[in-house]
Amino acid sequence: MPEFKPFRAQKRMKALMAGHFHGVDAASRDPQRRVAWCTSVGPAELLRSLGFEVYFPENHGAMLGATRKAQEYIPKANAAGYSPDICSYLTSDVGAYLAGETPLQQAYGLEGVPRPDVLVYNTNQCRDVKDWFAFYSREFGVPLVGVNSPVNVGEVTAEHVAGAVAQYRALLPALEAAAGQRFDIDRFREVLALSADTSRLWKACLWKARHRPTPLTFFDACILMGPAVVLRGTPDAVAFYEETLAELDERIAAGVAAVEGERLRIYWEGMPVWGKLRDLAGFLGELHAAAVVSTYCNSWVFDAFDQGGDPFEAMARAYLDLFIARSDDAKEEIMAGLLADFAVDGIVYHDAKTCPNNSNTRYGLPQRLKERTGVPYVIVYGDLNDLRCFSEEQAKTSIEAFIEQVPAGGAA
Amino acid sequence: MSARPLYLGLDLGSAWSKAVLLGPDGQVLARAARRTGMRFEDAAGALRDDVLDRAGATAADLASVVSTGYGRRNVPFADARRTEISCHARGAHHHFPRELDLVDIGGQDNKIVHVRRDGAVANFLMNRKCAAGTGAFVEEIAHRLDVPLEELEPLAEAATREITLSSFCTVFSATEVIKLIREGESPGNLCRGIFNSVIARVVEMGPLGGFIVMSGGVVAAFPVVARILAEKTGAEVAVAPHPQHLGAFGAALVAREGG
Repeated sequence: MPEFKPFRAQKRMKALMAGHFHGVDAASRDPQRRVAWCTSVGPAELLRSLGFEVYFPENHGAMLGATRKAQEYIPKANAAGYSPDICSYLTSDVGAYLAGETPLQQAYGLEGVPRPDVLVYNTNQCRDVKDWFAFYSREFGVPLVGVNSPVNVGEVTAEHVAGAVAQYRALLPALEAAAGQRFDIDRFREVLALSADTSRLWKACLWKARHRPTPLTFFDACILMGPAVVLRGTPDAVAFYEETLAELDERIAAGVAAVEGERLRIYWEGMPVWGKLRDLAGFLGELHAAAVVSTYCNSWVFDAFDQGGDPFEAMARAYLDLFIARSDDAKEEIMAGLLADFAVDGIVYHDAKTCPNNSNTRYGLPQRLKERTGVPYVIVYGDLNDLRCFSEEQAKTSIEAFIEQVPAGGAA
Repeated sequence: MSARPLYLGLDLGSAWSKAVLLGPDGQVLARAARRTGMRFEDAAGALRDDVLDRAGATAADLASVVSTGYGRRNVPFADARRTEISCHARGAHHHFPRELDLVDIGGQDNKIVHVRRDGAVANFLMNRKCAAGTGAFVEEIAHRLDVPLEELEPLAEAATREITLSSFCTVFSATEVIKLIREGESPGNLCRGIFNSVIARVVEMGPLGGFIVMSGGVVAAFPVVARILAEKTGAEVAVAPHPQHLGAFGAALVAREGG
């Protein structure tokens, strides 16, 4: 098994994440403060500007996957009427709630997940997030509000943006009522500026993988992305990625390779298999293949935050530009750009059984992209959280066979 | 190195394990196969001893050992390992040095490997998670029909009607069989249906070219599947010599070429 090289930043991140969860937990117990649950690519900036502490159930879903506790909880949600075919973040999370358990108990000493005052979704990723939050709205008796985004979008137009802006503005009365304070656009601008800084720095970190050998892999990035998801819009996230970026520069200067003897540069397309993250990192490392780029980790890079002007428009565009909400033609274009930018030798597509929206293998995209770029690919079948859908040996054989065939430094 | 360098290929499959021993000039000295059982290490050791015995050789004569198949990481005495995709392609190219699509139907998975004229693998496909259409599927349905495996093909040859089991799932396919039995379908038609289903699952995996080579235990035991594949695709279909051993043969060739 190859040597893992943990980042100093991970230690800092652990403290940051602990602070985040304790902060939300404390707010949920304080009658003067308010907690909003938000989808991971939802309007967190709006919520922070209204003084909410923000909690992200998808982050909790990923924790359930990474700790493999999902296996215990998914069947409970299945039995409660949530199909094994729908999002396994949803079924893991709802199952854990039904069991009255959470990894936050062991990791951070919390009694349970912090109770929300309002639930806010954006369907830019999928409809499942709305159904997921609806469960908790019924359970806690708190309002559910959100934005229904267009999906399968080619070019994001002014009309798309205007429609989303109208929906965000329409949320304000409900959010103000839940927050117990009035919306302040200057505060919103400040939070958005912090998100823009976070996004710019996170992107800079990911782009360090263009260096050969790369100082970080997709698997490292899956861990390091935590603050970009749950703390964007805060100074803590900005400081964290400034430090992480400096550490990556140090690694490059010192010639530290994330994968010893990096021979092949891989694009990981689709969700991580959370319960096998470390295992797959080691497996690819053993084969001297470095997963240098992914659409997943790039999903928290929001270039549009920086556009200036109306902050509602900037946020709306950022959350419409999202890869997952785009048409296959647009996705193909984005991926072709990343393949060239990161000098990719081959693509591993993860077709996640319960995440069709994040599985870009089902409408001929891999074949078209190979035709266009010449970059070979392999598809592995698995899931983000439900390991019942992951045949490990078959997946590893496919990846290993693929790596045996792909020549380094050029398409097959 | 021994004065008589020998090369061993071991294919540790999900159901069966196979071994091929090559002599210094690449000639096949011995082949063996056995049920994989509970321990890959034991199957590998027993197969090695078996082929060495048959060739009148000893372990000291082995210049190189290459393992492949699901158990490829569990052969402590292997010098190198390769995936079964590479080894099957290598074996197929040895027998048929031309552009081809290899269709391997094994105990637990099906593979299509597109092999270029120069022997390189252009791409490959494997079945998804379900075993429908694999050797395990054939065994399961035969068990449900209470027909010994060796009687399946003669019965299928007597079929009077083409049926295909449509389910992607082996268990649901068995349910379909029960429905057909209830409707009075003849044993011959049912057996033919099993083989039709095997080929249907292969054909829907991906495009197949003009020349197809078949390998694996299913075509070794039931050559009728090669005829059905030719009928369904219109392609020229050949069966690799000793089809169940093609992966092990390819592994032995890789061993001889320096691992």
